[in-house]
Amino acid sequence: MSYAKALRCRECGREYPLDPIHVCEFCFGPLEVDYDREAQRKAISREKIEAGPPSIWRYRDLLPCDAEQAVDLSVGLTPLMHARNLGEALGLPHLYVKNDCMNPTWSFKDRVVAVASTKALEFGFDTLACASTGNLANSVAAHAARAGMKAYVFVPSDLESGKLLGSAIYGATLVAVDGTYDDVNRLCAELADKYKWAFVNINVRPYYSEGSKTLAYEVAEQLGWRAPDHCVIPMASGSLLTKIWKGLDELSKLWLLDSVQTKISGAQAAGCAPIVNAWQAGTLNIRPVKPQTIAKSLAIGNPADGYYALRVMQDTGGSAVASSDEEVVEGIKLLAESEGIFAETAGGVVIAGLKRLVESGRVTPDELVVAFITGAGLKTQEAVAGKIREAVHVTPTVASFEQAIDARGEVLEGGS
Amino acid sequence: MARQRVKFTFPQELITLPIIHELGKSFNLVTNIRRADVTEDRGWVILELDGELAEIERCLEWVAAKGVRVDPVQGDIIEG
Repeated sequence: MSYAKALRCRECGREYPLDPIHVCEFCFGPLEVDYDREAQRKAISREKIEAGPPSIWRYRDLLPCDAEQAVDLSVGLTPLMHARNLGEALGLPHLYVKNDCMNPTWSFKDRVVAVASTKALEFGFDTLACASTGNLANSVAAHAARAGMKAYVFVPSDLESGKLLGSAIYGATLVAVDGTYDDVNRLCAELADKYKWAFVNINVRPYYSEGSKTLAYEVAEQLGWRAPDHCVIPMASGSLLTKIWKGLDELSKLWLLDSVQTKISGAQAAGCAPIVNAWQAGTLNIRPVKPQTIAKSLAIGNPADGYYALRVMQDTGGSAVASSDEEVVEGIKLLAESEGIFAETAGGVVIAGLKRLVESGRVTPDELVVAFITGAGLKTQEAVAGKIREAVHVTPTVASFEQAIDARGEVLEGGS
Repeated sequence: MARQRVKFTFPQELITLPIIHELGKSFNLVTNIRRADVTEDRGWVILELDGELAEIERCLEWVAAKGVRVDPVQGDIIEG
């Protein structure tokens, strides 16, 4: 069973039943799931969570759907690694990396889609849908396959080939839309009104976004039930950042964490930084932009939760930071070379942003910092192609090998 | 008859113009403002338009041609 009791408007506070709706009929504000906290407090304990399955469903009492009927691809409980080498490079001895590349479709979107698809089945939908620049489409297609549902995923036609293939392989109907980014957006808004499908990030969005909280739950549990001092999180719509904060705050309210003083900082690519722009201008008013960056998974020009992300960063003493595409590539390489994690461009945005935050003194060496790496690099190989060292070509002789290495200016060690 | 919920975002140079008033006079539509935030240098208005679908479409083209950004209420539908 779930302890969700209603949907509540974030703007005017009006309550609604737990239906597939996402906008307040009165003020058009976004709806969010509200829980029965008293009942949750009685039901939950650290021990009960630790005895649960090795996936997000160990936090079933904190999610808005019935875990007994879960669409389960064993999502979550991804590694939290003490990043000693990267920490040394950045001057952060207590740096951790949450590696969400390790999910079934290699991104954190599996968390939100696991919850959305489970809820969609509960509501009786037989079709899952989404508009996506890749990661979400991959996850929706995979979960629909697992659940035996039909799937329509809409993507811009100029998307990286890896992400197109990663959706089509699961049997989903992949719709590549010719047109501008705004054209795709408008088409999907119209389709969501016309067809009775579960558009995961539209009509089931209040449930979908709750899945992101599990990142915060896991980090706290993996740190031995303590909250980090500082989180650095990539921002697209801004939803992930607000939900990681909500997750930590919930654990505190449910007495599973002693205190939460975590600073929440958000990172964007400079070519699509509407939230960072507002932060730097000192306003809560987001001015939409036309995205132009290699970080396509973060290229949301008109972020739905931008305002709320700004509020969280402001309230927690965090910060917002943007990095150029060149810095993003350097960030991807630094993470790969220092920790053995090949992240997609969003990961590069986080590492580049973290570097800037350290340089400007906004993240300090005494803090326990968690950098959230939300997707795997094999999906966006185009971003780093031509920017990494070429292979050494040799004939199959020792002499050829040694000559080639020498020509490269490297010294071979360990020979006899 | 159709009904559409939209968000208009005004750049600084259009803040002082009575665009929603002109819209009401020029098109056979009922406008219903639900939420707004307007300052001296920027602003947005979330409203509902009621009328014939073709008239709503003509209206939104007219508003966009004035330099106002028109979006679905929920922000971008696309996600990463």
